[in-house]
Amino acid sequence: MQEIAFLEPDPAIMARREEIAAGLAALLSGEGLVTDPRELVPFETDAFTAYRRVPLAVVLPATTGEVAAVLRYCAEQGVPVVPRGAGTSLAGGAIPQEDAVVIGVSRMSRILEVDYDNRTATVQAGATNLSISDRVAADGFFYAPDPSSQLACTIAGNIAMNSGGAHCLKYGVTTNNLLGARLVLMDGTIIELGGKALDAPGLDLLGLLCGSEGQIGIITEATVRLLARPEGARPVLFGFDSSEVAGACVSEIIGSGIIPVAIEFMDKPAIEICEAFAKAGYPLDVEALLIIEVEGSDAEMDAMLARIIAIAKKHGVKSVKESQSATQAAQIWKGRKSAFGATGRIADYICMDGTVPLGQLSHVLRETYTIIERYGLRVANVFHAGDGNMHPLILYNVNDPDEAQKAEAAGADILKLCVDAGGCLTGEHGVGVEKRDLMLHQFTETDLNQQMAVRAAFDPDWRLNPSKVFPLELDMRKAS
Amino acid sequence: MAAPETLTPASEAEACAMVAEARAAGRTLAISGAGSKNAIGRPVTADAAIVTTSLSGIVEYNPEELVIVARAGTPVAEIETALAANNQALMFEPSDWSRLLGSDAGQTIGGIAATNMSGPRRIIAGAARDSLLGVRFVNGRGEAIKNGGRVMKNVTGLDLVKLMAGSWGTLGLITETAFKVLPRAETETTLVIDGADGAEAARLMTAAMGTSAEVSGAAHLPAALSGAVLGAGHENHASTLLRLEGFADSVAERIKRLKPQIGTGRQIAELDAAASQRAWIAIRDVHPFADGSDTPVWRISVPPMAGHTVAGQILGAAAGQAFFDWQGGLVWLRFDGGDARADLVRGAVATHAGGHALLVRAAEDVRARTPVFHPEPAPVAALSERIRASIDPDGVFNSGRRAFNSGRDAA
Ligand SMILES: Cc1cc2nc3c(=O)[nH]c(=O)nc-3n(C[C@H](O)[C@H](O)[C@H](O)COP(=O)(O)OP(=O)(O)OC[C@H]3O[C@@H](n4cnc5c(N)ncnc54)[C@H](O)[C@@H]3O)c2cc1C
Repeated sequence: MQEIAFLEPDPAIMARREEIAAGLAALLSGEGLVTDPRELVPFETDAFTAYRRVPLAVVLPATTGEVAAVLRYCAEQGVPVVPRGAGTSLAGGAIPQEDAVVIGVSRMSRILEVDYDNRTATVQAGATNLSISDRVAADGFFYAPDPSSQLACTIAGNIAMNSGGAHCLKYGVTTNNLLGARLVLMDGTIIELGGKALDAPGLDLLGLLCGSEGQIGIITEATVRLLARPEGARPVLFGFDSSEVAGACVSEIIGSGIIPVAIEFMDKPAIEICEAFAKAGYPLDVEALLIIEVEGSDAEMDAMLARIIAIAKKHGVKSVKESQSATQAAQIWKGRKSAFGATGRIADYICMDGTVPLGQLSHVLRETYTIIERYGLRVANVFHAGDGNMHPLILYNVNDPDEAQKAEAAGADILKLCVDAGGCLTGEHGVGVEKRDLMLHQFTETDLNQQMAVRAAFDPDWRLNPSKVFPLELDMRKAS
Repeated sequence: MAAPETLTPASEAEACAMVAEARAAGRTLAISGAGSKNAIGRPVTADAAIVTTSLSGIVEYNPEELVIVARAGTPVAEIETALAANNQALMFEPSDWSRLLGSDAGQTIGGIAATNMSGPRRIIAGAARDSLLGVRFVNGRGEAIKNGGRVMKNVTGLDLVKLMAGSWGTLGLITETAFKVLPRAETETTLVIDGADGAEAARLMTAAMGTSAEVSGAAHLPAALSGAVLGAGHENHASTLLRLEGFADSVAERIKRLKPQIGTGRQIAELDAAASQRAWIAIRDVHPFADGSDTPVWRISVPPMAGHTVAGQILGAAAGQAFFDWQGGLVWLRFDGGDARADLVRGAVATHAGGHALLVRAAEDVRARTPVFHPEPAPVAALSERIRASIDPDGVFNSGRRAFNSGRDAA
């Protein structure tokens, strides 16, 4: 496994830095332009921190009109563009390149309208995921997709990565909760997709937009679906002696017709890391832990839990611990949601995101340990068991180039394993640069050429986030 | 116009060869499954038909994995039977417009995907496109393309699955679909609120959807149409229906909670599971308008609260009837006369918060002169055209329907 390659910056563009900065400055209001080298540093990477590229300039437009003007200018000048939300991508989707202008939507963060009758919220694309739920919580509503990064990540980034979260087993991911979007194309054209109706006419461009990783346009507004908050929610901890048994238990719960809101899995290393960090009361004497959350009134939760516990007992569950209070419930989720952060405190890590068919979970988990052992590394597994979305966190030391390379190689092996088991490279984090060079393991060249041709219908000159998603060796010009 | 020749590929490879050959010869192809929806849209004018009925059969179904993979021409009935045997179902409740369109052709799973056919549960469980995990299709170059997969979560590459869902055969020939499935609910009960008018019904349904009762169907039938859905005893009573599904104890509990929350002094009856199932099938499949005629029937999709206003405006200007699914946001509207009145319908949609209208049924000559699919704003139409060209560069597929959302003439 070699280093991930980036496109060579275009020296002609680099040489025009000042002229381009001046051109951009004329298009932007307020503090909209960043060119000071020190102020550019925070934009040099995202949460895939092993790679960094300082961009030519960063613009932070305040309106859709400014976004359109900047895109039109960049199109005319032949300057590549990298869209950016909060920069929490784990796949390097928001990492700039030296000859590119970063367009960040973080200044466009207002919630524009909440419509309880139609149960929608219309927000500017830089609004954080959590700000929507926070805004409507007092009225008994919420926005369902809840990535662990929800305090920081933006709706724009969520749409671009089609992000999920712990509760998407029941409520779906971003694409299932998005009703409309305002999109600015590379030539500055502004288009509206969808609205407050439950479906839209014509080709499903909104569906295409979700997961398009900043390559078909810049999102400046979104209309999302709100849901009524359940009466109550109760996470329960189930400890098992082995991951296999925990996996079998998950299969049977789902097969029996129960769809809990969340079924999260942790293996022993993950339990230890999270417990040390969050003091959530996780059992430390088990090999595998399931956090299963049920929702409803007390009576409903009691009834559903009774069913789940009966199944777990059949599978020889070692410990069952119900949260007794809202504080305890919050504690349990804090442990799970801070899994990445807590891991980051003890080591550097890269987080894999392959998804596998439910029946393959145990097999893939076993093979994952084998791969990790082969490279002499450590791994902690926390993942969304209900939908087969695995998150092995491969621990390594970023300052040890040899280990860093091993970690990347192990990650690649694990993702190939997921694909070979009938799954895919990424369930919710996106391809970015991280998995770009593995795409040919999952798709044929013909498949990818077709995807690139569709992408080129939006951006024929390949200026939007150009070095992401598709292997660089495929000739993107051929697609258009 | 009947196509002179029908191609019936028996494998994806054969389909690729047929498409490549048609492309090379400059011939156009009209795609269909069993043909139940051929009477929708501009009459397709193509040199030959290509049908998926021989691309049939379930490829992979392991109930534990909650996914069913089937060739595009597999009858929906076969899929539903296989799922029912394992107590599972397609969550989006595919609708079947055969009776409405006077067709007995049956539906294929590829047709469901290509038209994004979604029933009443759309309001809580998503549309067909939300359950569609993966497709294989043949593009206009005669190449077999795979997109998506058979896992629940997948963001690997551009989501062409969504693009194919609801593309009405204008992009490519779907050869295989992978749908997510879930266990069927143990039981269901439907509350029937008696006597509300359209505006009040909209408020009641909105109130119900704003609770945590997980209502999985919300529909309203005016007095004249109630009987066609609910049968004897309900004629001439406007009925507002709210469905709850799940385990029996949970359904009972939620009904208890819901009733006071929707706040109505009106009488509320309960339909048991069997009666509830019958009612929702009738709503799903548009039975109130399945009258054997070809008077125009519109499917109008607007924000839920706008449905009754839009219908009111249209029916204030022309005689007809309307009923409402999807919390009021899905309006089914039939005119008494033969004229489709597209400008009236789309004018009303445009004045009330936006949405779109599809002319589902009309006589062939009416369809030939009406933009059946909702016209799109110019930049979106231009973009859609470029996308079509990127998948089917020479316009091999469904040339008549192809102009479907640019609103341009088919010619
Ligand atoms: C601790 C941690 C936990 C996480 N947990 C989860 C999780 O549970 N589930 C999950 O799915 N993800 C998770 N993530 C990943 C990440 O938070 C998501 O991918 C998120 O949606 C990225 O949003 P962002 O605003 O940070 O976008 P960025 O990282 O800034 O950008 C992400 C992508 O979106 C594009 N983009 C940004 N803005 C726009 C725009 N306006 N228009 C078009 N394209 C745009 C970028 O070019 C890039 O390709 C986690 C990340 C961290 C660091």
